[in-house]
Amino acid sequence: MTDAVATFGQAEQVVPERRRRSKPSDDDTRKINWWATALIAVCALTVVVPLYLAVVVALKTPDQLASGTGFEWPNPIRWANFSEAWSRTNFSQALTNTALITVGSVVFTLLTSSVVAYALARNMHRPFFKGVFFYLLAALFIPFPIIMLPLVKQTAFLGLDNQGGMILLYTIYGLSLNIFIYTAYIRSIPIELEEAARVDGASTWRVFRQIIFPLLMPMNATVGILTCVWAWNDFIMPLVVLTDPAARTLPLAQYVFQGQFNTDYTVAFASYLMAMAPLLVVYIFSQRWVISGVTRGSIK
Amino acid sequence: MAASVPAVRAGTTSTRESKATRETAVRVKNKRAHSTYYWMVWPAVIAFALFHTVPVITGVFYSLTNYAGYGEWNFVGLSNYVNLFKDDRVLQAYGFSFLFAIVATVLTNAISLAIAMGLNAKIVARNFFRGVYFVPYVLAILVIGYVFQFFFSSSLPKILSGIPLIRDNILTNETWAWTAIVGLAVWQACAFTIIIYLSGLQTIPRELYEAASLDGAPAWRQFRSITFPLISAFFTINVVLSLKGFLQVFDPIVALTNGGPGTATESVTLLIFRGGFSGGEFAYQTANAVIFFIVITIVSLFQFKVLQRREADF
Repeated sequence: MTDAVATFGQAEQVVPERRRRSKPSDDDTRKINWWATALIAVCALTVVVPLYLAVVVALKTPDQLASGTGFEWPNPIRWANFSEAWSRTNFSQALTNTALITVGSVVFTLLTSSVVAYALARNMHRPFFKGVFFYLLAALFIPFPIIMLPLVKQTAFLGLDNQGGMILLYTIYGLSLNIFIYTAYIRSIPIELEEAARVDGASTWRVFRQIIFPLLMPMNATVGILTCVWAWNDFIMPLVVLTDPAARTLPLAQYVFQGQFNTDYTVAFASYLMAMAPLLVVYIFSQRWVISGVTRGSIK
Repeated sequence: MAASVPAVRAGTTSTRESKATRETAVRVKNKRAHSTYYWMVWPAVIAFALFHTVPVITGVFYSLTNYAGYGEWNFVGLSNYVNLFKDDRVLQAYGFSFLFAIVATVLTNAISLAIAMGLNAKIVARNFFRGVYFVPYVLAILVIGYVFQFFFSSSLPKILSGIPLIRDNILTNETWAWTAIVGLAVWQACAFTIIIYLSGLQTIPRELYEAASLDGAPAWRQFRSITFPLISAFFTINVVLSLKGFLQVFDPIVALTNGGPGTATESVTLLIFRGGFSGGEFAYQTANAVIFFIVITIVSLFQFKVLQRREADF
């Protein structure tokens, strides 16, 4: 694990330099590389084609679909697939559940991980805090399938096989990685800032709330994005933990729908599109911000 | 005036005194952290132990029993572990997971590095393309996987009807179904890996390439002697993370083949899930999970050792 930390640390130092250099209309005096542009454009089609397929199939009638390969543009367009998918998958319920779980997880994660990371980062020279840090970090080595079976018994026993339980689990399981991301950043904040406030009589909580937390905004964005994408798209954890059909999340609803009506492709695809759309739309409007957030988190 | 001098002097001594007491106070505090810090950490440690460490321990405990997931149970010692090594289905699942993970890791890293280099070159609409390549990251792999499933089972057989393997739906082919799963998994994993490689490539000063081309170094030589050595830290982390992730593959399989045909594409995670929840093998599969944990840890550590030594060689 120390190896991993070393690798991350190494990467971290070079980042600011890069950012400065690649800023606006950069000093890139190279000629435009048309070969690379063509290659990149062609490869980008592999990303676009499945999405295109999802859209056109969702707009077809079953007859149109059966008569072609699936890629033809539908004529006439059948919008009714969406309303049918909405009612058949009980979409509003699944959407509410997923939104609730995602928002809850992000909020709780931001509030708890940052506090824990702050306490750890400022006391790393003390054996207790160092021990806790490595205890939490060691969990990165334990993938979810390992604890899946006993965990399900436990959540059922504790009555946590519902949306609230999911929020709790995402918050706790995210802790390892988030603390790793936060502590590196907090240690780069000069301690003199806090000491000045402390001399003026501010408590530790107050120092955290009014000085540290606002300074953590870039990392909050990173952790928030990672948690949001994870909680929204996760399939295996809701699959094993949630028992009540009314608590189903979006991916889980698609799974159930696919099992029941596996040949009803046009309606199913409308339902897939609706499940993917919210995050996709958010991403399209904030893609620079999302990419820089994720990059910051993974090379820290 | 005369009176003010002692006053000033008194003032300075008092500040000196208070500074001294503050320093001792700080030093005393330093021995033991402020109790607030403990309050910040303890709840997290307890919650984490309760929902992460306790399941690990109960898992190890169950693995020594014959618990079926319900009803009574007895201790059976290590017989679950012994049986695992004789179980063809388990061995096949490990074989599949490793084959899948190695092929997918190699493809993901090769493709991602190539695309990242393309994005790092001076191209038209670079930010737009970077945004496009990252799209798969925000999609649920299960849901987009169902689109791929339709593509492999209904579209592709009509488009490439000349190739028997594809015409007969590759997903139902016992020998080749896994390649379709690799396709889906790599398609999604590349999104993240490209971004990491791209941020690595951007740390390399452009002057190095200019100097190399002045010396007449061909593109391949520039890649081998400049690009690759300088992003080796990123290479290490990407390879380790992707292999670890691919070994646990679950969602793409559920979306495309659901382990089939037969058990040809059953991964370890899928086996633990199926056997543990619906197969009445709760204890047996927890033993499998313990072994799986050991395997993943060894693989990750081994990779770090090997790849880090490579880095040092450059």
